[in-house]
Order: sequence, then C-alpha cells, then structure tokens
Amino acid sequence: MTRQHNILQKPSTFFDIFERKGVSEVKSTHYCPGCGHGILHKLIAEAIEDFGIQDKTVLISPVGCSVFAYYYFDTGNIQSAHGRAPAVGTGYKRANPHSIVISYQGDGDLAAIGANEIIQAANRGEAITVFFVNNAIYGMTGGQMAPTTLLNQTTTTTPYGRNKFHEGYPLRMSEIIATLEAPVYVERCMLTDAKNIAKTRNAVRKAIKAQMDQKGFSFVEVLSGCPTGWKMTPQEAKTWITTDLSTYFVPGVYKDDLETREPHEVKQENPPPEDYYHLLNINQTLKEEYVFPHVLKEPFLEEIKIAGFGGQGLLSLGYVIAALAMGHAYEVSWLPSYGPEMRGGTANCSVKISNSRIGSPLVTNPSTLIVMNKPSMKKFENAVINGGIIIYDSGLIDTPPSRQDVTAIGVPATEIADTLGNTKAANILLLGVYARLKKQFLDEQYIQTALPAILESKALRDVNIKAFNYGFTYSENMK
Amino acid sequence: MSESKGHVIINTAECKGCQLCIEACPIHVITLSNALNHMGYKPAMYIGERCTGCGICFYTCPEPGAITVFKGWDTWEEKAMCPTCKKETKVYHPKKRSDVILCTQCLNPIP
Repeated sequence: MTRQHNILQKPSTFFDIFERKGVSEVKSTHYCPGCGHGILHKLIAEAIEDFGIQDKTVLISPVGCSVFAYYYFDTGNIQSAHGRAPAVGTGYKRANPHSIVISYQGDGDLAAIGANEIIQAANRGEAITVFFVNNAIYGMTGGQMAPTTLLNQTTTTTPYGRNKFHEGYPLRMSEIIATLEAPVYVERCMLTDAKNIAKTRNAVRKAIKAQMDQKGFSFVEVLSGCPTGWKMTPQEAKTWITTDLSTYFVPGVYKDDLETREPHEVKQENPPPEDYYHLLNINQTLKEEYVFPHVLKEPFLEEIKIAGFGGQGLLSLGYVIAALAMGHAYEVSWLPSYGPEMRGGTANCSVKISNSRIGSPLVTNPSTLIVMNKPSMKKFENAVINGGIIIYDSGLIDTPPSRQDVTAIGVPATEIADTLGNTKAANILLLGVYARLKKQFLDEQYIQTALPAILESKALRDVNIKAFNYGFTYSENMK
Repeated sequence: MSESKGHVIINTAECKGCQLCIEACPIHVITLSNALNHMGYKPAMYIGERCTGCGICFYTCPEPGAITVFKGWDTWEEKAMCPTCKKETKVYHPKKRSDVILCTQCLNPIP
C-alpha cells in the first residue's frame, strides 16, 4: 500500500507481521511498554519509506534490546558482534557503495565495548549513518551500569550510585565524535514530548539524507527512556530524561557541515588487473612461456610429510611442492603445523596431491617423508606407509632409517647447498630429488619453467635453481 | 461528530498501555480503556470526537502499528462495500486526493 500523506500509519518499511517464536501477539514489538526503541524504529522506518530507499537499505542491529531489529525492518539486515556494527558497516558500505548502511546501537554496545570501533569509523569518515540510543543503562541484561550512567545514578551494579572516583564520569559520545574532523553531522536529541520527538524526526531524516547525498559519516544520539531498567513508569521516565539526563547530555547540534561538505562518492577501490603481476611479484613473461604439463590420468593420492628444524625452509618446501602440483591442475592441500616449536624447534607440514578431491588435509601415514633433522626422523619414520619413500639430509642425520620396507635416500643437502653458495637452498635441492622420484606425475619441463616464478626470494633465485638441478641429477646418478 | 477534523484508530491488540499517547495528546481525547487486552494490558482508546489529526499520538507511540491517524476527517459518515473486509464499512476521503477512498477498518483503497 502506498503511503497517504494525510494518514499516519505503520510505515511499510516494517514487516506486516513480526514472525518470531514464543509470542502471542505477532504485530507488536518485544519492547517493554513505553520503551524509546519503538519510537525511534518508527521514525527511521518512516524516513526510509519517504526517501524510497527500502530496497537498498541495510540495517545493522547491535547486541542489546534492539538486537531483534531484524524481526521488524523489512530491509537488509545484519546482526553484528557486540559493538562491531560500525566495522561491519564499513565493510558492507565499501563493498556495496550504493547501499544505505544504518548502524543502530545502544550505549552499552557503542560507548563501552564498541567505543574504539565507532571512533575509528567516525575518524575515517565512513559514509554510514549511526543511531546511538542512550538510555544510561544496560537495559537487556537487567539494568547494570553503562559508560553513560549518570553520577550517583543507582543501577544493579552501582547500588550506592555511580561514584566518580570508582567508575569515572559518564561518556559524552556526541561531543567526542564532534571533535573529529571527518564526521559531517552530529546531533543529540531526546524522545520526550512532541516537540523533541519532532526534532528527533528531523535529525533522523537529516542523517539518512547525508548518506544519500554522499556527504559522509553522520551520527545521531537519542536520549531514550528505559522504564523497566530505571524502575519508573513511562511518564516518570520521560520526566527524568528532561530533568536529569538531558542536563548532563545536553541536546543540540554538535556538528553540521552538510552545507559546506563536498559530496564524495564511495567506490570499490581494487587495483586494475594489469597491476596484479607487479603487486604480487609474478613473473609476467611466464604467461608467454607457459608449458602445459604432462598430467597423470590414473587416480593417485600422494601424501607428504616434511619435517625438520624451524628455519630450514620446510614449510616453504611444502608450499612449493603444492604450488607446482597445482600448476598441473591437480587437487592439492598444504597444512603447516604451527606451534611453539616454530622458532628453532621442530616444524612440519603436510601436503596432499591427488587428481580427485581431497577430503582432509591431515597426513597421518605419509607416502613420502622428507626430514632434515634427527628428532623428526625419530618421530615420523614409523608412520611411513609400507613401500613409501624417506628422503633425508644425510649430513645432518647420521643414522639412516632402520626400516627395510621403504626406499631411503640420504642426500647431504645442506653441505652441498653450502658449496653451491647458500645453505638455505638445501630445501630446494631436496625438491629436485623428490621431483626426480615422482616423474610419473610431476612434469620436469613444466617445473623448470614455473619454478623461478614460484620461488619468493629474488636474491636466492639463482642458487635455488642451481640446487634444484643438482638435486634432480643427484638422484638420477644414484638410481 | 462534525467537529472532528481528524480521527484516530487504536489497535487494542497491539497496545501495551504505556499511556504515552494519553499524556501527549494536547486536547485529551485519548483515555485508558477499562477492559484488558489479550496481553493483559489496559489499552488506550479514542473517546470518539474532537480529534484534530495533529499526529502527536502517532509519533509518541512506541508500537509501529498501534495507532493510525486520519487527517482531514470530514466525510467519514459515508459507507461503502469494502472488498477486503467483505462488508459495508465507513470510508475515508483524504481531503487533497478526492479520487481515493479508503476503508477505515483495513485501510485498503476501495475501488
């Protein structure tokens, strides 16, 4: 039904029926009688309807009583973690610049756990609209002290009243936000009598309009009654806002740059695709020289465990094997094991290569074990499957594996790498050994072309390639 | 009756009896009902005349759909057959748009 200008009725932004569990009345909200949330909901819903932006509005509801805003608003809805609505709003707005993002937050949400999020979002001038419902209390959890609780105000956690020496002073969020450069519109208003509700209505519309006009960050603080939390009747609550709350939190416009601020269009800022090669440090000539690898068609599953000291480049070795296999269009997984042993202790990673889908990246019984220190050899030797391969650095491990049912290949990789120019190339030398042994599914010509692009370190590229070739021919000589 | 410039409909099922509208109404034409609604609240009710259609009660009410205010209420005695309610109901002519007639029960236009 389209809106009739001389009928004031439920805005169409609301759902006709509020479907939720465990209630008898499906047309009324879950708020207590006299709660300010309902009034603000109505003002926002009316503005959304009048501006015709219902289809592109995303409302982010907080943690607090208004967590269920998604039951009521027939718009896009996100329910964010406690206090994180401005951060979620930032992401949504940047990814969808043409949407209207409204963050609806309470004082426990915005001023306590989310105080940093709101200040950072405001300081960045994110083009979102924030409605901050200040009722000086944690309403949903039973009336505990919030950062905005007034001095001497009694709550369940301040039974003798808020003491400035213990709990500090109430936080004036509007004033804090208004000191920042980026926000374009900051106002505090209150939901009491008709005049102030009309002012709030105006502020709500101005704040949403500011976002529609691409002016930037707008913030409206609303002093709202919590009759249940304050243990008052709705009428007493209204009076208390006027007599007490609004004398500390003074209503008014704290910042209004709407006239002078130039519109700034929010855009998705991705680098152009031609920059990707440069940014990701990819060898662009690779594209022209691309060699289609020879691929094994029969089903196979290769499970590799690579272990040794942290710093030997074992995780990188696993990554390079996985990347090379991925270049063959195989399914791969690479699972590093991070732990306290990473710095100087033992480290390991698991790699799986297959031409059908991989269910789990875990390797318990490897078909190939590459080890570069004694403790790892001890730990993983017996896990290798019958008929598997163990490649080990014979310079660092003086006792060869005792098992007879596996192929054990000892290469003094670190020593050879040292003579080639850098001990760090030992892992790539072992890659050469491995690639030679697994000729049935790893294509040599492809690896020769792709390897320079996959190796991250430019400085070590030459010695690494030398080491790879040495390893590749080393095992050839041995066979 | 002819003195009424506006009209207010209070949905008693949705009203929680917070009495904000009663206090806000500048001419005191809303009062508290004696009967309880199904949620156990005593809902607000319109006394039936003198509404000016100012809309203050609508903006004061925390419930989205509990109050509907008609402005320019002067032809409400007319009746017509409403296709949605499937019965003869009172109809409302908005002053500025004489081409539209609304059912006062379901608020849908009557063709």
